[in-house]
Amino acid sequence: MQVFHRSTNVLSRVTLFGGLFLLVGSIYLLATINRSPWVSRQGVAREQPIQFSHKHHAGELGIDCRYCHTTVEELAYAGMPPTQTCINCHAQIWSDSPYLAPLRASWRDEKPIEWVKVYDLPGYVYFDHSVHVAKGVGCTSCHGDVDEQNVLWQEPSLHMEWCLGCHREPEKFVRPRDEVFNMDWEPPADQLSLGLELIRLNDIDPREDCGACHR
Amino acid sequence: MPVIDENDLAEARIDLDTIRRRIQGTSGPTYWRSLDQLAESPEFEKWLHAEFPRQAAALPENTSGIARREFLKLLGASLAFAGAAACTRQPTEKIVPAVKAPEDTPGRPLSFATAMTAGGYGTGLVVESHEGRPTKIEGNPEHPASRGATDVFAQASILTLYDPDRSQMIRRVNEVASWDGFTAEFSTILEAQQRAGGEGLRVLLGAVTSPTTRSMLEQLRARFPRARVDFWNPSNRDHAHAGALLAYGEAIDAVVHPGAADVILSFDADFLGGGPDHLRHIREWTKRRRPTGSDFEGTRLYVAESTYTTTGSVADERLPIRAADVARMAAAVAHRLGLATPPPDLAERESRWADAVAEDLTRHRGQSAVLMGENQPPEVHALGWAVNEFLGNVGRTIETIQPVAASTGSQWQSITNLGSDMRAGRVDTLLLLETNPVYDAPADLTFGEALKHVPNAIHLGLYDDETGRLSRWHVPAAHYLEAWGDIRSANGTVTLQQPLIAPLYQGKSSIEILALAAGKARPSGYDLVREHWTGVWGGADFERRWERALHDGVVPDTRAPERRAALRPEAATAIDSRTSPAALGLEATYRMHPTVGDGTFSNNGWLQECPTPLTKLTWDNVVLVAPSTAERLALANGDVVAVEGGPRVVEGPVWILPGQPAGSLGLQLGYGRTRAGHVGDGRGFDVYPLRTTDAPWFRGGMSVRKTGRTMSLACTQHHGTLEGRHVVRSGSLDTYREDPGFAQHMGHEPGPDDTLYPNYEYEGHAWGMAIDLNACVGCNACLVACQSENNIPVVGPEQVAMGREMHWLRLDRYWTGDLEEPEAHYQPMLCQHCERAPCEVVCPVNATVHDSEGLNLMVYNRCVGTRYCSNNCPYKVRRFNFYLYADWETESLKLQRNPDVTVRSRGVMEKCTYCIQRINQGRNAARKDGRPLEDGEVVTACQQVCPADAIVFGDVNDPESRVTKAKADPRNYAVLADLNTRPRTTYLASVKNPNPDLHEGEDDSSGGDG
Repeated sequence: MQVFHRSTNVLSRVTLFGGLFLLVGSIYLLATINRSPWVSRQGVAREQPIQFSHKHHAGELGIDCRYCHTTVEELAYAGMPPTQTCINCHAQIWSDSPYLAPLRASWRDEKPIEWVKVYDLPGYVYFDHSVHVAKGVGCTSCHGDVDEQNVLWQEPSLHMEWCLGCHREPEKFVRPRDEVFNMDWEPPADQLSLGLELIRLNDIDPREDCGACHR
Repeated sequence: MPVIDENDLAEARIDLDTIRRRIQGTSGPTYWRSLDQLAESPEFEKWLHAEFPRQAAALPENTSGIARREFLKLLGASLAFAGAAACTRQPTEKIVPAVKAPEDTPGRPLSFATAMTAGGYGTGLVVESHEGRPTKIEGNPEHPASRGATDVFAQASILTLYDPDRSQMIRRVNEVASWDGFTAEFSTILEAQQRAGGEGLRVLLGAVTSPTTRSMLEQLRARFPRARVDFWNPSNRDHAHAGALLAYGEAIDAVVHPGAADVILSFDADFLGGGPDHLRHIREWTKRRRPTGSDFEGTRLYVAESTYTTTGSVADERLPIRAADVARMAAAVAHRLGLATPPPDLAERESRWADAVAEDLTRHRGQSAVLMGENQPPEVHALGWAVNEFLGNVGRTIETIQPVAASTGSQWQSITNLGSDMRAGRVDTLLLLETNPVYDAPADLTFGEALKHVPNAIHLGLYDDETGRLSRWHVPAAHYLEAWGDIRSANGTVTLQQPLIAPLYQGKSSIEILALAAGKARPSGYDLVREHWTGVWGGADFERRWERALHDGVVPDTRAPERRAALRPEAATAIDSRTSPAALGLEATYRMHPTVGDGTFSNNGWLQECPTPLTKLTWDNVVLVAPSTAERLALANGDVVAVEGGPRVVEGPVWILPGQPAGSLGLQLGYGRTRAGHVGDGRGFDVYPLRTTDAPWFRGGMSVRKTGRTMSLACTQHHGTLEGRHVVRSGSLDTYREDPGFAQHMGHEPGPDDTLYPNYEYEGHAWGMAIDLNACVGCNACLVACQSENNIPVVGPEQVAMGREMHWLRLDRYWTGDLEEPEAHYQPMLCQHCERAPCEVVCPVNATVHDSEGLNLMVYNRCVGTRYCSNNCPYKVRRFNFYLYADWETESLKLQRNPDVTVRSRGVMEKCTYCIQRINQGRNAARKDGRPLEDGEVVTACQQVCPADAIVFGDVNDPESRVTKAKADPRNYAVLADLNTRPRTTYLASVKNPNPDLHEGEDDSSGGDG
């Protein structure tokens, strides 16, 4: 005896294949979301308490990165400038600009400025600026053209595969040590042979062990 | 609260006769961890078969049983939530730079020299500070009492600094008050006192060595000529001072040089385990304990003691005797040496021992040392001086110096006088400066009662403790890392104590309160210390000397001058050696607890959870009894007994300790606090109510009554049991001389090619560690240092009882030999960093992997908590976060954490990393400079703290490194090498030097494996 109507065959097929599609689809969706800039914040310009422009300071004025990020050559942290560093100039220049009101308030009230962290590595990643700088990884290699960004964004995805891309093939990215802070440096046509030469010269041996960054 | 588990009670009964038969039945020595192991009790078996035996029962423990369906639901939900949790978006974080450039650079840790006081004497420290918050304590290599090492107390003191239970406000009659209110009332009180010349003013301090405190006390006396200063420290050096007075007619301090002595005889003197100079003692003594070849001349340590101590556990010959019998034993040795001491009657075994010791000492005149414990009466100390003078040791192995403490008078007398003055109403104002006499003063003084007769009691303390509660005023004290001061070490060397952080809770130091009392307005510790040293150094050149002293952590040329005096003849004869031992009955001895001390550290979780060296108990103190005594009194581990001495009674659980002298109850002070804080309150039982002025350290004629109650204790001795394997190896000096490589023949070690897999070539560094079991004295400093460096959480007694303690490094203790006189062996056990690590192959998510330098890595962010790795680890060194053990809430504790190490969360496996953060820092520093990493540049936390220098870490690929050389020692062996795990951590077998005269007719007790 036929209990079910013939149309239920279609229904069951739709349910079966639809369910499978939904499962695969949702996993794909989740994975895509997880890798998207919405999660990684890659390329998302971040609003700051003060409209500070790297383009103006680093690009147009040509102030060296190390004027503010003082410890980039010696410590893991590149260093964030205290309010005092800004006031060094802005006590004289633009001293009554409304844009700098929060800066003056910070100086007057001795309350630190709370900058939004743009390059925010997870807590279980221990990155050391100084050793990268010492081995010839340029600022722009990771931070992009900071001198052209008015509002700063995170240039790379900061996914682990992005880190490993350079750790596995440093010859594609390293530059001479005196070019590290050069914002306009472009890899030459013979980057690969230059990179291999630099690896030999500067004893570049990036580690791919988990323990290099995770501990 | 103690956990009482009905199942354990039935299992606790052990038949000692069976055990004895078993020990005798075995051929050659065996190593055992506990009586349970020898008895093959179910308690032991369950730990042998499973790493976490109560695991299956874990769920019903918290719920009323759980159905299969329920379980699957939870499982599904956990999976879904775990998946969902992995997709979270990182929250926006802020960078908050300073407004004005700070003096130190954010991100660059700084180190400052300072000093910590223990019983008044200083240990020099170098403290690491991150962004102005001290995080890690190390020893100061320049300091004579530290030599770069620290003990457990110094390591753990950083946790006390950040303890949220510390007193945070001034209280007046237990109501919150203000500093201004205090100073106003204080000055009124003092003005009244000044009119009376200070008649009713008393000051009570712990032992004082600080020059500035001394000058403050002088200023106080100038203002109040009739005021009196008393001293009380429950672990004082009264007997040593009185003994020197008896022997020489003047106060003299001894500075012992164990490294200069070939033979050391200790009568109850735990010179390696405690006291102001024990770190130096360990360092010097272990230097002579490293066998160098078949022509090695060993040193020999004899210990006769009334409970098992650190010193006893590393002795070559140890005789357990009751404390009351020590005097007779000492007299017997003195008599045999040829002194005029009257000879006592001795039992056969003791007499043989005395003969052998006396003969050995005679052979080593001028190169021996006889040391007396603080618990022995002054006459015994005087006899010690007489013997040392007789042997020509004074001036060679024992230096005599001018006393370092401000007062060498009797503290027992001092506190008794204070007590009777208080009771008689002669005390109007009492300053209790960083002392807690209501808790730790002699019981017969009933100090708390007497305090009620004092109208103006002012208490300064880190905690609002027992004394603070009964005082009119309580003022929070500054921690030593928050205050200026100066401290002298055991040999007199001064260290300027500089703070690393401003007082967290506006605490004041003792010198500030004393200066306030002396009439100084708004005194600051900094000014007071500088003022004192300006007086000493004079104005010219002051700043340079001040800077220099702060930088070095020692003030040059402050060593106490030598003091020699003529020995009085009665030193040798003052001793009463006739006391009949039978008349004493059961004896009770009082000792400071090995991990919480006199109670000062009760609220320190690291110390509470640190297993004591010999019992391996955590979180509780016990009544230690010998196996034979337990048998006679029908006692088992955990039985709560009432220990009665006349009208005074204390109740506590029994613990059977092999090697405890028969007829002696070992009681540990420092527990049973009522106002220590959340961690220490209500833990253990208070022994101070038994301790009276007439019997400060031991008392005979005690009785023991069973209460019928039992307690389950959190003991770690079975955790990570590896039964029937050659884990710990040792031999006698004779065995070593015959065959220095004896330890390597005790197990099968596969060759380098005995494997199916291709060998991996480690081309760069290859990190490895060698641990010298002959140097290790089991002090636990490495365990606490590791906890401090690696942000290891405290889990609490219930979790410890389930085997869930988190220590990355544990200190295994093995016994060997006779039940009543066993020998102890220690073995620090940590991740062995196997080249063929069994844990790695079973991880389904590659969370534990090998690196190119041979480290076995643990990647926390990959770990999903299957615990397969821990299951497959033959060394049982992996630790799992069953709960969120790390405190993520308490603000003050966050300041302590090492910023270079991840704080682990729930459900994550963790283990020793060989301090990978230090390796990476060292490597990066060298790579930045473009130079090779030097041997010794990377030092692990356990290695750095070790006073015995037992741990060597380095690159085994470097043929010149210390670790390579240590591993080339013929004593070197790997634990469980037969599994072909190829551990990078290896051990150097211990070599003891027993006196052959004492072992005639015995089986060769040397050359054993466990």
